[in-house]
Formats: sequence, structure tokens, C-alpha cells
Amino acid sequence: MAIELPKYTKVDFESENDIRWCPGCGDYAILSAIQAVMPTLGVPKEKIVFVSGIGCSSRFPHYMSCYGFHTIHGRPLTVATGVKSTNPDLSVWVVTGDGDGLSIGGNHFIHAMRRNQDLKVLLFNNRIYGLTKGQYSPTSELGKKTKSTPMGSIDNPVNPISLAIAAGATFVARTVDKNVKHMTEVFKKAAAHRGMAFIEILQNCVVFNDAAFENYTGKDVKDDHSVYLEDSKPLIFGKNHDHAIKLSGFHPEIISNTNGSSKDALLHQETAEDRALGYVLGQMGIENSEFPVAFGVFRRVEEPTYQDRLYEQEQIAKQKKVQTLEQVLNSGDTWVVS
Amino acid sequence: MTITEQKLKRTETLEEATIRFAGDSGDGMQLTGGQFTNATAIVGNDLSTLPDFPAEIRAPAGSLAGVSAFQIHFSSKEIHTPGDALDVLVAMNPAALKTNLRDLKPGGMLIVNTNAFTETNLKKAGYDKSPIDEVLSKRYQVFSVEISKLTQLALEGMNLSSKLIDRSKNLFALGLMYWLYTRPMEATVEWLKKKFSDKPEILEANLKVLKAGYHYGETTETFISSYEIKHATIKPGKYKNITGNEATVLGLIAASQLSGLPIFLGSYPITPASDILHELSKYKNLGIKTFQAEDEIAAIGSALGASFAGAIGVTTSSGPGLCLKSEFINLAMKTELPLIICDIQRAGPSTGLPTKTEQSDLLQLMFGRNGDSPIPILAASTPSDCFDTMIEAVRIALKYMTPVFFMSDGYLANGAEPWKIPQVSELPKIKVNFRTEKEGFFSYLRDKETLARPWAIPGTPGLEHTITGIETEETTGKICYDPQNHDSMCKMRVHRIENIKEDIPEIEVIYGESKGDLLILGWGSTLGVITAATESLLEKGYKVANAHLKYLNPFPRNLGSLLKNYKSVLIPELNLGQLKLLVRAKYLVDAQGFNIVNGKPLMISSVIDAAEKLLKEVKS
Repeated sequence: MAIELPKYTKVDFESENDIRWCPGCGDYAILSAIQAVMPTLGVPKEKIVFVSGIGCSSRFPHYMSCYGFHTIHGRPLTVATGVKSTNPDLSVWVVTGDGDGLSIGGNHFIHAMRRNQDLKVLLFNNRIYGLTKGQYSPTSELGKKTKSTPMGSIDNPVNPISLAIAAGATFVARTVDKNVKHMTEVFKKAAAHRGMAFIEILQNCVVFNDAAFENYTGKDVKDDHSVYLEDSKPLIFGKNHDHAIKLSGFHPEIISNTNGSSKDALLHQETAEDRALGYVLGQMGIENSEFPVAFGVFRRVEEPTYQDRLYEQEQIAKQKKVQTLEQVLNSGDTWVVS
Repeated sequence: MTITEQKLKRTETLEEATIRFAGDSGDGMQLTGGQFTNATAIVGNDLSTLPDFPAEIRAPAGSLAGVSAFQIHFSSKEIHTPGDALDVLVAMNPAALKTNLRDLKPGGMLIVNTNAFTETNLKKAGYDKSPIDEVLSKRYQVFSVEISKLTQLALEGMNLSSKLIDRSKNLFALGLMYWLYTRPMEATVEWLKKKFSDKPEILEANLKVLKAGYHYGETTETFISSYEIKHATIKPGKYKNITGNEATVLGLIAASQLSGLPIFLGSYPITPASDILHELSKYKNLGIKTFQAEDEIAAIGSALGASFAGAIGVTTSSGPGLCLKSEFINLAMKTELPLIICDIQRAGPSTGLPTKTEQSDLLQLMFGRNGDSPIPILAASTPSDCFDTMIEAVRIALKYMTPVFFMSDGYLANGAEPWKIPQVSELPKIKVNFRTEKEGFFSYLRDKETLARPWAIPGTPGLEHTITGIETEETTGKICYDPQNHDSMCKMRVHRIENIKEDIPEIEVIYGESKGDLLILGWGSTLGVITAATESLLEKGYKVANAHLKYLNPFPRNLGSLLKNYKSVLIPELNLGQLKLLVRAKYLVDAQGFNIVNGKPLMISSVIDAAEKLLKEVKS
């Protein structure tokens, strides 16, 4: 008999702890969107776990009323791996940032993705270190002037979407704190995905990197400088839907769509087995500003998860060999002394 | 010699023997030693083994760096160590001779494979000419045996590659030693049959070589007599040989079964701990999960996540790995989750000597974290003691909601001894207290007796809470920056671990009186050596005693009073004085150290010397 779930509302996922993010921080909108999505998951509250690392975003679990583990810098994916592997019934969400997830935790990022750990990973990308008060991050643009780079950063930035796709994440999406509706949709899709669901959330840091995403999320420019991906639909953008993306070999091209001639426009395929399409789309916009920045789901494929395989092996082993502790202790070459 | 004469070869009865097989790392010395160990166990001798192998998988053939050795001490009496000096050294090449000869007793037997003493091999070992000369023969009983050639002859007519023939020469040496010490060959024959069940040709070849070695001893005039070592008086029961790493694995399995909780091992390969990962991963049928993580940090992180979710989280490593895990260990301490952290020590610092033993991580485990970070530490003292120590570590972790360090070392990990297999009913029960009661729940509400916080695992309705490395308020577990609260939380963390001393046994004197001139205090794998040294010192009439610590944090509650019953205290350690530092600091006792870090176990004789020197000072 199915147990009936309590009818949750957003309030049920709010905690009584005071929220300590700066006024105007993009984190508030993300928190609110997540709290609003939780009642729609069909998962009892006690089976939801939020695991975070260190950084502004990693305070997140304290502001939810589910189970939470606020761990150490860069390591939430490792803890989440142990949680999910121990109890695969849990819905495990990881909250990390560009420093936590891609700098100090870069190694774990790659391996969690390639293993298709059944986790939802929210990477708050504000392209700066906020909690330590304003050093450049691995997603900061080349030449970024910060406290630690007074003459401008000399590191090339990492693109989280490309990295996740290259590493083998089975669900990869980008959204932005400003667009609550889109965030909510993406979170729901991620929740519905079995396997590694990676979401880059462009998140504005009002104090140390304000307006970092204005060039493609600002009111007046967003239509011409961003494109929203929808499965099986052409990539069309612009205020008047007058532009489209065409793929020429491995390179995107902007074509005119003034007369609605979208038949040359690239049809997006979330479920394409080949990782190349998602990779190409992920590269657009952020570092090469002639292209619009893509938002939405880049890749969504079904593959056995790490936990599927873990429990499958366990089942096979259990069927093959039943052993008591006594049998284990007495196995191997033994002899009796009388 | 006629057949009748052959049968008249004498068999002398000895009390004990220490022998060592030494050869190239490709010569199969570990396998040979392992087989000899099994046969010796079947005879019923008490035994102790010491494998010694290089860090390089295949150092250049014939080089000094590539020498691999296996030592076994067996006796008709109870023994405590793999032996100090050798009665027999089997040297398969010049490099093996060079690196091992110094441990052979004067007058001991030296069996060399003369075919390997070629000009190239001699050069590689740093010899200008063959060392097997008159000088050597005056000091030792040298037996030059053409092991390689005799192996070839035994296999004449079989269509085998010369490489394969050469690789089976260790079985000739094994067969010869079986004859020399009158060991039965059956177990090895059975083992070979099983191993090569689908390769009948190789099986036949191996059996031929093994028997050729045995018959060589029996029929040639080289050896005048063989030796017999009667079975020891051992407690009745069922036995098996067990290494420290195997016992550690069985301890984990037992703890899992006794507590009813699944084990989750997060590990990253590192010598000498990897075998625990290998062995434990064979028990998926018991619901044991093993995760080979991307690094040491992920290994412990995943284990801690598993503990949070209600499993027994375990991570296994060695010193360098422990360094990497420090931050997570502190998080486990702060969040008060049960976690088993195994440190199979090796010679440090840094990469150190990966395959050599040492007990030099004690202070790292005690103090190697930021802030005041108390964590219980338990150390196993023999290979089979790893089993009991592990069960005890899990018991403490679950009862007191704390990470616990389990310490072993390379010597225990790879060394073997006979283990009386316990009855499951004799094993301690391990209680688990998952909190399910909603009423009055707070994440840091402490149990009055154990001072443990509740273990409320995800999936439990109504107990949703968040844990964190940030300082939290007593009882509520909420983030709290209040200075007074921090002060009391730090003191509580120290107090609650110190409190465990009421729940562990008092330390007892092993040999000697409860008062006297000298107490020899040890911990970990030096138990056998120190006990053997104490026995000798007592026989010499000294007023000495020895005691051994399994619990390094907290110390047994009577340790301070025990120390004060002796005029002097000697602490022999395979480090430069780590326990000594703790004991002196805590008890204000003028304990003296005996410290050596040569990558090998202590020598009984050197402990005796150090004790006698100290005793002389006490008298004067």
C-alpha cells in the first residue's frame, strides 16, 4: 500500500534559522525557488538531504528544513556519494559554488560526474570568491581585477557546462537567479532525472562582482544575447525572434531568421548520445561574446547510475553466496588442535 | 650412498627455528614463505612471520633494491616474534645474500643458488668476486646448491619455456626446506592443484620441481640431517593463519554483523593498507560496500557521508593518506559521527619507506588537526589482535558517537600468526541507538551517561536537522558564535572522550611483578618483542615487568598509578619517542625511550640491552 505523502507547501521547507546572506544576493531567489519546487517532488521531507561545502552558497542547508550536512571546503560531492550509496531512497542535493566545486573541489567534480552519481548538483556561479571577500575564482574572466589580482587575472576560466559534459554528467543545465520561472523548470527537470544532474546557476554577487551577467541577462540586452534551449526545437533568439543558431561542422553560426526560415536552424536534442552538441552550445556566449549565452538543458541522457550498479552487484553477490559470520570466520585453510 | 644409508639420515629435534627465504622480487619468495607457513601451521608449531619486500614492483632483476624476503619463526613453545637472528638463510641470488647475510647467526645455515652467482649478478650486488669462499665457510655452514640447474633437469623433456622453468625454482627451494624441517608437502600440492586446475602442464611441472627439491635433501650427501620441531602446546580449538590486514577485515565484518549495520568503506590504494580494500570488496554478499575513491579526501568524505546516513563508515590508509584526511577527521569529530579511520602505518616522514614498518603516526593522530580535537585511538598489538581491536573500535565509535582511530602497521598488516577462530557467541554485542523519537529531539542533546549526541539518520521523519563544522550551540546544534558556548563545547568534546576511560579495561602487567625497578611500556606491534625481552630479563633475575597499551587515547585510568610503582620506565618504540612524550607530559614520569627507526621490527636483544643499561643507571 502506498503511503500518502503529506501535502507540503513551500513554507514546510523553510527553516527558522536567520538567513545571513547579504541583502540583494542572488542566493535568496535560488533558495526560494528550491523551497517552492520541493513540494512538487513527491518525496517525503525526511528523505531529502542537502549537502554543501564551504562558501556563501554552502550555507544553504541551514536555510532548508530537510536533513542537511554543511561539510568542508570543496568536498560536498564526496559526502553526498556516501549518503546516496548508503541509502539510495534519499533524494540528495549538493549545493556548491564556483570556488568550492571547481577549484578546491575540482577533482571530485570530475569523478562524481563520470561515475553518474545519482545526485542533484546546484553550482552557484558568481565568478568570484565572496566569503573570503573578493578574490578571483576559476570562472572569473581573464584579466579580472580583484584583491589578489591587482593587474588582472592571468588564468583562463573554466566553463562549468563544458567540464560537466566532458566528464560525463548525464544531465547538464544552466539557469540564472534572475529568471525564477526558468530556474524552477530546470530544478524540476533535474529532480526528475535519474543520475548526475548538474545545474550551473548564474548567481549575482552584489558586493564583490555585481552585474557580472548583465551583458546577457540585463533587461534590455537579454533577448539578443541569450538563447533558451528547448528539446526538439530550433535555437531561435532575438527580440523579434529574428536570429537563429546554425551548426556548421563543430562551429555555431548566427543566421538570420527574419522570415521565419528556421529550417536551417539547429534543432536542439537534449538526449543526443554524442556529447559534442551540448559541449558546443555550452561554449557559446560566456567567453566568446559574439554568440548568445545558452540557458536550459544541454544534455539529458539515461544511463545506469553508480548506485544502480552498486546495488546490482550487491544483489548478484547475495544470490551467489549466502554466508553467516561463522562461515566467514571459518573459511580458508583451517586446522584443529585437540 | 645406498638406499638403506639414505634412510639412516638423522632427524634432530629442535625447539625452534628461524628461517628466511630471500631472492629477487620476481622469484616468488612471498609465495614460498606463505606455503611454508601453512605447512608449519599444520605441523602444529607456534609461528610468527615477517614478510619484507621492496617498494618497487619489479626493481631491476638482481639488484639490491629488488630483494624480497620472507622470514618465519616456528617453535614447539609459545613464541612472540618472527625471530631476531636466522638459523637458515636461503639466498636465491647475490643481492639477496648481500642484503640478508648480516642477520644470519654465526654458524647458521646458508643455502645459496649458485647458478645465480653469475658475473653480472655479482656485479649488480656490488661483489667483485663470489663471496662464497673459505672465509664465509668458516663462519657459516654454506650449502651451494645449483637450484636453477636442478630445476631445469627436473623438467627435462617437458615442452616449457625457459622463463617458466626459471620461475618455478622457488618450489625447489621450498621442497628442500620441507625436507630439512620435515614438513608435509600435501597442503602445497593441493594448493597447486587448485591454482593450476586448468593448466595441467604447469601443475605437473610445479609438482615435479617441488618434489625434486624434497628428494634432493633426502638423497644427496649435502645435508647430514634434517630437523624436527614438535608441535607446540596450543589451546584446543580451530585455527587458521591470519595476517593483520585479514584480521582487520574480519573484525569489520564481525562488527557489521554484531551491530546489524552495513559497512561502507571509502578507500584509496596505499601501501600497506590496500589489502584491506581488496579483501573487504569480496564481501558484497554481506551488504558491505567498498568505494575506491578518486583520492584520500574523497575516501574519507564518502565514508563520513555513509556514517551520517546510518552505516559504519570506514576509511583505510597509511600515514601520507592520513595527512590528507585531517580536515575531514576534524569534521567527523565536530559533527560527532561514528567513523572508523584505519592507519596502517609505514615508515615516514613523507613518502618514506612505503613497504617498511614504523609506529610513528601516533602524534599525528593525537594532534594533527586544527583546534582542540580529541579522538579515541586504539592500536592492535599482533596480527590476530587486529580482529578484536577493530570490534572494540567500532563499539566505541557507535556507543560514543565519535570517530575512532584504529592503528596497525606494516609489520602487523603483512605478518601472520595462527589464530584461534572465535565462536560467534563469544563475541561482544554491539548496540546501536538510532534516534526515532520526535518528542524532545535536539541534534546535540547528550546522553547522560555516554555524553553522546543522538544518531538521527536521514529518512527518519520529524528529526530533520543540519550538521556543520561551524561551532554549534550545545543541545540545539544550531550555528552559534557565542564565546562562552565555544569554550564549553571545546571542553565538553575533550571531556566526553576522556570519559571513555571508565568503559575500557585497566592496563595490566604482562610479565613481572606489580612493583619493581623497571617497567617496560609499549604499544602496538612491539608487544611480542618487548614481552620476549621481559621474559629474558626476568630469567636473568631483574625486577622488571612489561605492560602494553591498546588504548592510546584515552589512556587506561590506572596507567598513572602503574607507572609510579617502578623506579624507572622504558618505552621502546619504532619512532623517536612519541608515546614517551605523551606519558611524560601527562604523568610527569621520567620515562626513557628506546627508539629505532630502521624500517624493521625491534630486536629482542636490543630491547634487553636498553633495559639493562637503564637498570644499571637505576642501581647507581
